[in-house]
Amino acid sequence: MNIYAIRAIYAFEMARTFRTLVQSIVSPVISTSLYFIVFGGAIGSRITEIDGISYGAFLVPGLIMLSILTESISNGSFSIYFPRFIGTIYEVLSAPVSPFEIVVAYVGAAATKSIMIGSIILATASLFVPLEIRHPLTMLLFLVLTSITFSMFGFIIGIWATSWEKLSMIPTLIITPLTFLGGSFYSISVLPEFWQKVTLFNPVVYLVSGFRWSFYEISDVDVSTSLMMTGLFLVVCVAILHWIFRTGYRLKK
Amino acid sequence: MKPIIRIEGLSKVYASGFKALNDINLDIREGEIIALLGPNGAGKTTLISIVCGIVNASGGRVMIDGHDTVKDYRAARSLIGLVPQELATDAFETVTATMALSRGIFGKKPDRAFIEDVMKSLSLYDKKDEKIMALSGGMKRRVMIGKALAHEPKILFLDEPTAGVDVELRKDMWNVVRKLKASGVTIILTTHYIEEAEEMADRIAVINKGEIVLVEDKDVLMKKLGEKQLMLHLMQPLGAVPPSLAAYSLALNADGTLLTYTYDTRSESSDITQLLDALDSAGIEFRDLETRQSSLEEIFVNLVNSSQVAA
Repeated sequence: MNIYAIRAIYAFEMARTFRTLVQSIVSPVISTSLYFIVFGGAIGSRITEIDGISYGAFLVPGLIMLSILTESISNGSFSIYFPRFIGTIYEVLSAPVSPFEIVVAYVGAAATKSIMIGSIILATASLFVPLEIRHPLTMLLFLVLTSITFSMFGFIIGIWATSWEKLSMIPTLIITPLTFLGGSFYSISVLPEFWQKVTLFNPVVYLVSGFRWSFYEISDVDVSTSLMMTGLFLVVCVAILHWIFRTGYRLKK
Repeated sequence: MKPIIRIEGLSKVYASGFKALNDINLDIREGEIIALLGPNGAGKTTLISIVCGIVNASGGRVMIDGHDTVKDYRAARSLIGLVPQELATDAFETVTATMALSRGIFGKKPDRAFIEDVMKSLSLYDKKDEKIMALSGGMKRRVMIGKALAHEPKILFLDEPTAGVDVELRKDMWNVVRKLKASGVTIILTTHYIEEAEEMADRIAVINKGEIVLVEDKDVLMKKLGEKQLMLHLMQPLGAVPPSLAAYSLALNADGTLLTYTYDTRSESSDITQLLDALDSAGIEFRDLETRQSSLEEIFVNLVNSSQVAA
């Protein structure tokens, strides 16, 4: 195991996060605070409680998930697309590092940043709404698992993309709609029965539901199902990455 | 001596169908500087890229100090430093940060002092905290070399290191390369500047259209280079070279009007005076004379052309 390589790539990636602190951390915090003010405060006060939880508090897990999904994909994809774009990828490809080490370092750094942002948003949220976390360990498990899985998904997009346009295509066209329709802002039980069934094909539903359960013990789907679906998505991403490195897809000619 | 790099039957066909390399066989000796000389598109960069693991080979194999570059890539790659042709740098990072990354990726323990030594040897030290995007093209080129040297490689690939570099930097680089060679590093240099190959290399491999056309010690090539010809345009055509001149290596052209004497400029005496005296005694008069010397460039162009004709 080339531990020095993992450390070096991880430190290098994290240094970029801290160098671009405003863009990396302050902007997601500000945008989330706006959500709380608008949905939690202004509109939320007119919305009745959901399963005994005030709308503002109900929003918190969904908003954190929304940020984590977006951030993980954007960090994961940028971290590998940028070296490909500017050509510095030659060094990683010519170095004595295994695909596993490359993924651990890049995805690890992207996931770390997501977890940091998730934690900061959680802290920010506690300023606006009364929070309780009934299952902190489960909460942490969902936070970490989702960050890793979606950073990995972003990493795959970063390898697949051949232009900046493609890089933002999947997040904009697929992930954002799935997140908004995945019960981040509402309980799917408010939907007509037919759409409740359709929504179960949306993987984000499981993430948000499981994460929300760890806060308030309310969920749209069973928490073990949520965990299984998250794990399944992780396995799918690992399998795709395995194929990418075996074939050299988009990395090696 | 066991070669430090052994390339066996290496071939590369790109997905487009373009055959970039065709059955390349080449042994590179430890501690030498070998120049891969060839026109643009000859396959130099593809060859280097396969050895370094950036491009997959279609056939054949490469051994680095006994390690297969595919099966035993960790051991093989940790010995190699690569300075690619394109200036690809982390524009927003400092010189120190990018060099520390290079050292780490290649599995070496962080060593600030060593990195600073490398920077000093490349006259980069006073730029160590500057962002790479603020540096000039020449300085960026130094950073690329610094990155390759940051992990103490035993083998260094320099792909067109002085393309687009000014004279001063070129001289500096040659000095760095000489120092590296003195410390035992094997250096593989690709270039299409013959002057560079002539100045630096111990051996020269000429590559054209994906094939190695020639591998020769530079001295042997230079000996060919040292050959000079004296051409005498005769007043009266000769049927044959007179026996009295048999001691000289003379050649007569088909119509007997041009006598060519081949000699070595580096030998103690070229016997030109004696030859001219002998010609005078034999009653051979000439109306003009000229000398010509083949340059490495000429040898190279001939090789490349003849390989094209053969193909």
